[in-house]
Amino acid sequence: MKNFEYVRPATIPEAIAAAAQPGAAYLAAGTNLLDLMKGGVARPERLVDVTHLPELDRIERLPGGALRIGALVRNADLAHDRAFAAAYPAVAEALLSGASAQLRNAATVAGNLLQKTRCGYFYDIASACNRREPGAGCDAREGENRQHAVLGWSEACIATHPSDFCVPLVALDAVVEIEGRAGRREVPVEALHRLPGDAPAHENTLEPGDLIVALRLPAEAARFAAHARYLKVRERTSYAFAVVSAAAAIDIAGNTVRAARLALGGVAAKPWRARQAEALLVGVTPDAATFRAVAEAALAEARPSGDNAFKIELARRLVVRALTLAAAGTPARLPALPASPFASQPGALPHA
Amino acid sequence: MSFSISLAVNGVARNVELDDPRVTLLDLLRERLDLPGTKKGCDRGQCGACTILVDGRRINACLALAVSHDGAAITTIEGLAHGDELHPVQAAFIAHDGFQCGFCTPGQIMSAVGLIGEGQAGDDPERIREGMSGNLCRCAAYAGITEAVLEAQRRLAAPEREKAA
Ligand SMILES: Cc1cc2nc3c(=O)[nH]c(=O)nc-3n(C[C@H](O)[C@H](O)[C@H](O)COP(=O)(O)OP(=O)(O)OC[C@H]3O[C@@H](n4cnc5c(N)ncnc54)[C@H](O)[C@@H]3O)c2cc1C
Ligand code: SF4
Ligand code: FES
Ligand code: FES
Repeated sequence: MKNFEYVRPATIPEAIAAAAQPGAAYLAAGTNLLDLMKGGVARPERLVDVTHLPELDRIERLPGGALRIGALVRNADLAHDRAFAAAYPAVAEALLSGASAQLRNAATVAGNLLQKTRCGYFYDIASACNRREPGAGCDAREGENRQHAVLGWSEACIATHPSDFCVPLVALDAVVEIEGRAGRREVPVEALHRLPGDAPAHENTLEPGDLIVALRLPAEAARFAAHARYLKVRERTSYAFAVVSAAAAIDIAGNTVRAARLALGGVAAKPWRARQAEALLVGVTPDAATFRAVAEAALAEARPSGDNAFKIELARRLVVRALTLAAAGTPARLPALPASPFASQPGALPHA
Repeated sequence: MSFSISLAVNGVARNVELDDPRVTLLDLLRERLDLPGTKKGCDRGQCGACTILVDGRRINACLALAVSHDGAAITTIEGLAHGDELHPVQAAFIAHDGFQCGFCTPGQIMSAVGLIGEGQAGDDPERIREGMSGNLCRCAAYAGITEAVLEAQRRLAAPEREKAA
């Protein structure tokens, strides 16, 4: 690991000033950044430690009912916060399906949002990677690319964003609060990450020095609390990144859908909101045929970026299953294997 | 540049001069504080061998910078027993053959102590397996590990239940 200057600011303005310098990076728990630094993938000259900043570790209810979550709240604490899990159960389920208990105890809200892709060539500094080194090429195009993107990719980069947390957040119109050199602003989580285009190294819409201070979930998104699920297909049952994931949320009155939300993970360089597919659900009585039509619409633009055509049909089927389980109702207690699409007992319904 | 940090390690106050900011909690414990019970498996957050408690919460010591944890209270495997009296989780691992080669065991035991403290799994084996999935065991002693955690959790939860009754 390259050496660096360690800075521990006491206030947010000090942090922003220290991190606005070229070569500086914020350090939260470090569960992604230190990993990347050990591999020589990230080589910051200065680490600005945000973990001692005051007042960023709170969960508070704002007038009007929105929940405001400080950037330093740990993933496990958020998932187990009663008010939060009751209002936004699919987000809690997504959090608890990510990484391991140890990592969730450390990982912060902002760090999770800004974690880097798990593309193996991005991690291997002997490989060509446009995201790590603009103009170098992309070894994934002709390499191991089963796990890569099927939506929104470009010739320059076919990587996916690995966060589980982000997927229900974009479905529920969550917003991040950012403080930077130009003051405070708000960005929807959906607009935080960028698709690769011809500049995959330009990963998100943050400017140098920009500090995420909080995440906000709108009060309105709690209308889906009774019918919301996050499902994640992994190559092993636990402690693995998503091959494909889906967040589904429905607001049903009588037998009719009043509003629906749908987002996919593991399919693109950003969490993927499927708005046109959502619209097909409004005003209908949900059934299997409708769910299949929604799934077709959600993946209408998908195309393989390599050896990964299977992900498109997998994603469709996962959408159908996520919608089916959401319609059946949010379980009173999260299943033992959060977000698993598979039943733990042979023959049983998957956590119905 | 050097940094001085203060930690409570297994109940003992330690002031440490760090001449290099790159030192992880794992390397600090093993190389500088003479506490090699915490193991280094992958060094990248993937195996759980380095699990310790920081302020009562289990984390991976290999992905934690020591300098960032100034003021923390740390418990390692060396801090669990009272003299010759084993911690209930340690005793349960022996009773249920929760290990074979033993390399992953300090991490498994610290993770189990953390899991029981979190109180989310109860005595449901499926929830215990899921809660312990951050600890890999190359010898695949998983069946014994789950039994050990179940028994330890019952023993540790019993006084709580009596209190509640
Ligand atoms: C073995 C393993 C398995 C994993 N499995 C999963 C999984 O299944 N699902 C999943 O979603 N994740 C998974 N993860 C990733 C994990 O969720 C992230 O490492 C974690 O969320 C990052 O949070 P952190 O606080 O440690 O961030 P850090 O590593 O400290 O930071 C990450 C990035 O965010 C930036 N940053 C941090 N805070 C701020 C801020 N306030 N403002 C601006 N920038 C900031 C940093 O500069 C850095 O670029 C896994 C990780 C490991 C090691
Ligand atoms: S897919 Fe993207 S991240 Fe992976 S090697 Fe290509 S450019 Fe790099
Ligand atoms: S050594 Fe820390 S998780 Fe493997
Ligand atoms: S006992 Fe050998 S690795 Fe677990």
